[in-house]
Amino acid sequence: MSEQLTGAQSLIRSLEHAGVDTVFGIPGGAILPAYDPLFDSEQVRHILVRHEQAAGHAAEGYALATGRVGVCMATSGPGATNLVTPIADAYMDSVPMVAVTGQVPSNAIGTDAFQEADIRGITMPITKHNFLVTDPSEIPRAVAEAFHIASTGRPGPVLIDVSKDALQAMTTFEWPTHIDLPGYRPVTRPHAKQVREAARMIVEAKRPVLYVGGGVIKAGASQQLMELAALTGIPVVTTLMARGAFPDSHPQHLGMPGMHGTVAAVTALQKSDLLIALGARFDDRVTGKIGSFAPGAQVIHADVDPAEISKNRVADVPIVGDAREVISDLVAALKAEHEAGRVGDYGAWWSRVDSWRETYPLGYAPAPEGELSPQYAIERLGSIVGPEAIYTAGVGQHQMWAAQFIRYEHPMTWLNSGGLGTMGFAVPAAMGAKVGRPDATVWAVDGDGCFQMTNQELATCTVNDIPIKVALINNGSLGMVRQWQTLFYNERYSETDLKSKQIPDFVKLAEAYGCVGLRVDRAEDVDATIEKAMSINDAPVVVEFVVHQDAMVWPMVAVGTSNDDIIAARDAAPVWDRED
Amino acid sequence: MSRHTLSVLVENQPGVLARVASLFSRRGFNIESLAVGPTESDEVSRMTIVVNVEELPLEQVTKQLNKLINVIKIVELDASSAVQRELILVKVRADLETRSHILETVQLFRAKVVDVASDAVTIEATGSVDKLDALLRVLEPFGVKELVQSGMVAIGRGPRSISDRSLRTLERGA
Repeated sequence: MSEQLTGAQSLIRSLEHAGVDTVFGIPGGAILPAYDPLFDSEQVRHILVRHEQAAGHAAEGYALATGRVGVCMATSGPGATNLVTPIADAYMDSVPMVAVTGQVPSNAIGTDAFQEADIRGITMPITKHNFLVTDPSEIPRAVAEAFHIASTGRPGPVLIDVSKDALQAMTTFEWPTHIDLPGYRPVTRPHAKQVREAARMIVEAKRPVLYVGGGVIKAGASQQLMELAALTGIPVVTTLMARGAFPDSHPQHLGMPGMHGTVAAVTALQKSDLLIALGARFDDRVTGKIGSFAPGAQVIHADVDPAEISKNRVADVPIVGDAREVISDLVAALKAEHEAGRVGDYGAWWSRVDSWRETYPLGYAPAPEGELSPQYAIERLGSIVGPEAIYTAGVGQHQMWAAQFIRYEHPMTWLNSGGLGTMGFAVPAAMGAKVGRPDATVWAVDGDGCFQMTNQELATCTVNDIPIKVALINNGSLGMVRQWQTLFYNERYSETDLKSKQIPDFVKLAEAYGCVGLRVDRAEDVDATIEKAMSINDAPVVVEFVVHQDAMVWPMVAVGTSNDDIIAARDAAPVWDRED
Repeated sequence: MSRHTLSVLVENQPGVLARVASLFSRRGFNIESLAVGPTESDEVSRMTIVVNVEELPLEQVTKQLNKLINVIKIVELDASSAVQRELILVKVRADLETRSHILETVQLFRAKVVDVASDAVTIEATGSVDKLDALLRVLEPFGVKELVQSGMVAIGRGPRSISDRSLRTLERGA
């Protein structure tokens, strides 16, 4: 006869069996029974956050920095609805995450009970799958399936909603020995014929580009990608989600494509005759106006999610599979082509690509006299802190500058909110990353708008000994929105001035949270201040960079226009030679 | 735009219909007709969904449907290789003068009268969409008082069953 235990104990034991070491969350009425056995767990460390949204983003940061499933927990109703933003974020960026929520007792479900929300219904379109568990005997299976679904195939968030009575009832515990989901069989092994066809096209192409997306990082395929790039000599671009998948220092790396990508990366895609898309999804921020994107290119599209293939751009060679397996097989197929004497010749292509790269390097206009340029601050941060650190970002100008001016050399060192574009991501994600990778230096590059959405988690960091560092780029406004107002709304700055150079005093705010607060507003003090921040390891540090308000993110492809119309800097569209 | 009939085998679990329906609406597809019911296996339900879309978006919605964990299998059943049927119940005004005409129509369409009142009859008919449309056109002049129509159900012609393999897998797991 197996041992009797409560549903709550079964839940915590299930999380332990699933290998969970950290849960970010906040207790409340419906989830309260689970917090009692959690109190005793020696394996699971619970980190009490200040807002459930931060629990979700911290779980994402943990997952993105470690590759393991991140876990967050909240109570019913508002606790659960506060998780909606990070769940949607994890869905868009394919982050493996399990969210556990309490639900009102099963006999109260549907009665508009206190703190009742249909979180399963609410999260249906933004989870990979979700469960409502009202029978305590189903808890272990639901947890096992949730972790399996979240972490395999195309990763994503899974929600488990457990009614309070199921947590309180007595049950038995049996960890499932195998997972049986007849409707879920992700294809990871690519089709050999498609891979051979891709290899044939690659050696025949004249102007190929490796268009690398976040799937390469999720699949842990950086090493294979390096092998593929070295073997073929093809130019590489890494999307916002793939920064770090391929070293920025590598001569074949053209940088980031897309709305704020480098001229070389954007133009190489435009002029290409063969796109080799690996774990990328032809997002509108990459393609610009889709009808005029890479008009002369054939497309090899490899993705673990068949629904991504030919969704936005029809693929000539579709390959469904895990990026690591696809790239390994592609390398083998290409070696066979090479042995048969068929080798791609991209010399002429490289001379054009190099000319774009030389003519239009990333850069920025100097700040007005006496003011600090945000790009300079971020560039110095990357140089001084180096590529071994983990960087997170919020959303907006600072995010784009951090993607452009920090040099990434390793996967899982650049964590940001790409698909959903969630302001406030940086601080809680940095917290989660630091918990998952305590030996790494973790910098949140944040803006003053974003920071004011989630900075309460500095309290969590201080009391739980999670010494993250924040580079707060304070331009006093919602900078990216302001940039659009400058460019497209006749400089009418409607509701973008946060006045955050006056209120709040960020140094005092940092100190109030038990952090070290530093402020710098002159270029000559930047290095010393970053070095000082790097020397503090026993408390979180917030460095406020007071920067000039009118700095803009360049290059830029305006919304709704073609990538051909990329503007390298204000009033400076590239001039193409006749051949282009 | 063209009509497509999808047969979708799903796990017989709560919330599956909501998942499927919301996926269609979120991806911008209009469901023309939907029928859900049990199958020869207790663990599996079958949905027959009729949509009016182009070829490429159809492929996209099918792939998205396949991503739902509870969806086991999707097959498109085209009209030439499948039997497709709908059921209608229609209440028609029928006085002494028109009743015999109406009954004649019922005979012609191999429908049947399931309820009779002093000034109306209720007719049950099954058939293809075209046949039922034709019946309704003929009944229209008499005065249709009420009409209710089921979603289409469809099954492939020939000896093979779309559920064979998927059900075997289910049983193995059970």
